[in-house]
Amino acid sequence: MDNDTQKSLITVNTDAASENPDSILNTEEFSIFYGDFEAVRKVSCSFFKHHVTAIIGPSGCGKSTLLRGMNRMNDLIPGCRADGKMIFDNANIYDRTIDVVQLRKRIGMVFQKPNVFPKSIFDNVCYGPRLHGIRKRSQLEEIVERSLNQAAIWDEVKDRLHTNAIGLSGGQQQRLCIARALAITPEIILMDEPTSALDPKSTTKIEDLIGELQKEYTIVIVTHNMQQAARISHFTVFMYEGDMIEFGKTQKLFTKPEKKETEDYITGRFG
Amino acid sequence: MSVHLNKEIHRLKELMTGLCTKVETSMTKALAAVLNHDKKLAAEIVANDREIDTLEIKIEEECLKILALHQPVAIDLRYVIACLKMNNELERIGDLSANIAKGIREIPNAKVISDVETSNLRLMMHEAQKMLKDSLDALFELDANLALEVCRNDDIVDDLNKKMHLEIAKCIKNKPENVEYYMRMLFISRNIERIADYTTNLSEDIIYMIDGDIIRHGKGADDKKTQTGGQDG
Repeated sequence: MDNDTQKSLITVNTDAASENPDSILNTEEFSIFYGDFEAVRKVSCSFFKHHVTAIIGPSGCGKSTLLRGMNRMNDLIPGCRADGKMIFDNANIYDRTIDVVQLRKRIGMVFQKPNVFPKSIFDNVCYGPRLHGIRKRSQLEEIVERSLNQAAIWDEVKDRLHTNAIGLSGGQQQRLCIARALAITPEIILMDEPTSALDPKSTTKIEDLIGELQKEYTIVIVTHNMQQAARISHFTVFMYEGDMIEFGKTQKLFTKPEKKETEDYITGRFG
Repeated sequence: MSVHLNKEIHRLKELMTGLCTKVETSMTKALAAVLNHDKKLAAEIVANDREIDTLEIKIEEECLKILALHQPVAIDLRYVIACLKMNNELERIGDLSANIAKGIREIPNAKVISDVETSNLRLMMHEAQKMLKDSLDALFELDANLALEVCRNDDIVDDLNKKMHLEIAKCIKNKPENVEYYMRMLFISRNIERIADYTTNLSEDIIYMIDGDIIRHGKGADDKKTQTGGQDG
């Protein structure tokens, strides 16, 4: 696709930008390549503080790649490189001077499948803080209680903090993973299909939790479930074949999308 | 679109087509009954109004089912929401047509009709009927400009209704013995004016369905009118 076509496909809903408070993360012509393949193509977009932004699109559209690009998780993939800018706190996170460990402390991530460590619930939550040098027991206990409370799982596990986390249900494990991400007090939480492996009840709990967390954190979530995106996000990015086709307020995007491609996708007329 | 949702929307479209046809027929017959003092036709309209009521409930149930089971978005959502509202407005137009028919049945003396029926009432009927026809054309042809044109024409019917009031006041003064008949004419005029109002609402829903813009209470209407070269009115 040439540049002009690319530009014409992108619609930024000005209503969203004008009413919106501070952006916390901005992409500027941001691209990600796997070798020669451009998986994310010149995406320019803003993610707003204390808001939930959902990234939707068909499989292989680059949404997870874009999400992982927000805290440089793609660095771990051989042959993967980024182009353009991803601006966070007035700096391009891809600058050589950026400390990736510190970056991931400020931009945390929750994955599709709950990936608890085969350790106690307490140690799972403490893993990040310990990595960042916190050793004092009372401080760690405080972090564990706060994080588990914020992740809405404290009441369920407070009496068995030192049992192995593997024994928790899938939904509890995912909330523990969220607590683990919260323990290092990130500013942004990236969620890559966090409920796709969960039953409807656990999914509801995570969705409710996201609603609570956005008061203190900025959340970017990749989801295949469009109703979930519609329910929980304030803004939605629609991606297709590496391009950002449309970005705007979720309410508008799901009732009156600007682009035909978006309408075709969300109404299931795609392809 | 999923096959299931596609089938449901298709069925909803069929039901809506049926309702539109019944309501338009009812209104056309009601106006014909006024002009021809046809009490038999008037009775038929009143009897047929039940069919419209039954269909309205069926359509509402269909819309609620689609919303609950399929959670439509974008154009599908707008279509179902517009149907819910249009359904209600069409049923009201059916009621008003039946009201007009009832009004004709209760006119005591058909001979005195010639005073007012040939003037503004006839014009009102023509305009209101055209508005309904155009709005239904706009619905089936997805023509937002035509729907907007209908919204603008509501003022014409409002003006004619005001003229009818003045005209009837004059008639009552001149022939007070016919006051009951004139009051019936006023009632019919008022019902036609309300049909035009509901047709305007219908057209606003059609515009929402097509463009996603809510133009009620002047919201967004000015922009729309500018786009189509129309005037405020």
